[in-house]
Amino acid sequence: MTIFIPTPLRPYAGGNGTLEVNATTVGGALEELTTAHPELRKHLFNAEGNLRAFVNVYLNDDDVRYLPAKEATEVSTADTLTIVPSIAGGALAVLAEAPAAYER
Amino acid sequence: MSALRIAQAVYLAIRAHGEETYPDECCGALLGVPTPDGWRVTSSIRAGNTRTDSAHNRYQIAPLELVKIEREARRQGLEIAGFYHSHPDHPAQWSQTDFAEAHWLGCSYVITSVVQGNATATNSFLLAGAGEEDKRFDLETIEVAE
Repeated sequence: MTIFIPTPLRPYAGGNGTLEVNATTVGGALEELTTAHPELRKHLFNAEGNLRAFVNVYLNDDDVRYLPAKEATEVSTADTLTIVPSIAGGALAVLAEAPAAYER
Repeated sequence: MSALRIAQAVYLAIRAHGEETYPDECCGALLGVPTPDGWRVTSSIRAGNTRTDSAHNRYQIAPLELVKIEREARRQGLEIAGFYHSHPDHPAQWSQTDFAEAHWLGCSYVITSVVQGNATATNSFLLAGAGEEDKRFDLETIEVAE
């Protein structure tokens, strides 16, 4: 199957944006990925070995966290796994000091 | 200091997006290519703000939408260079919320202040560092290409 690596993690995946693995489950794919690129492990998993809360892993269009078998879900060679860190924020609690406005 | 080089049409589009969603925050992705001293942004993709409970001061992009943005970036032969959002009636400065929720290391976070419905300042912050433990926002210069 194909694993898509997000921009911030590519330096820890040999600079690759796309990697192929031969695993038969989602968990196996992540294990194969982090065995080949050990530096990725701390960016994907917490100390307990669980996916970090802000790391989303999608099997095709499905969030692995919500699949019945989760990381034990079986995969085929045609499947894709996309890793995407979350994106959120907002003006709540803006720091007092703003930088100079950008002027064109 | 790194520099975010952004096509003028993209720059105008993300500011216009913030005016359209005012008084709520807008959000979206920036696509481009890396250069030795910063990203060169050539297009943007609007995203929905899923924080409908507090859209005036919070934003979130649905993960599945991020997956689709990743696909579109690959289709265009580009990378996700960063993300943008607006701060309605707040400065174009990152907030503690922005920092806590920032995880795309090496990417640019662009913030536009929208005051009374009009886009004012736009600033870009590079999320620097090697990991969650030492990440920081570095102010970047913005260079708008005609």
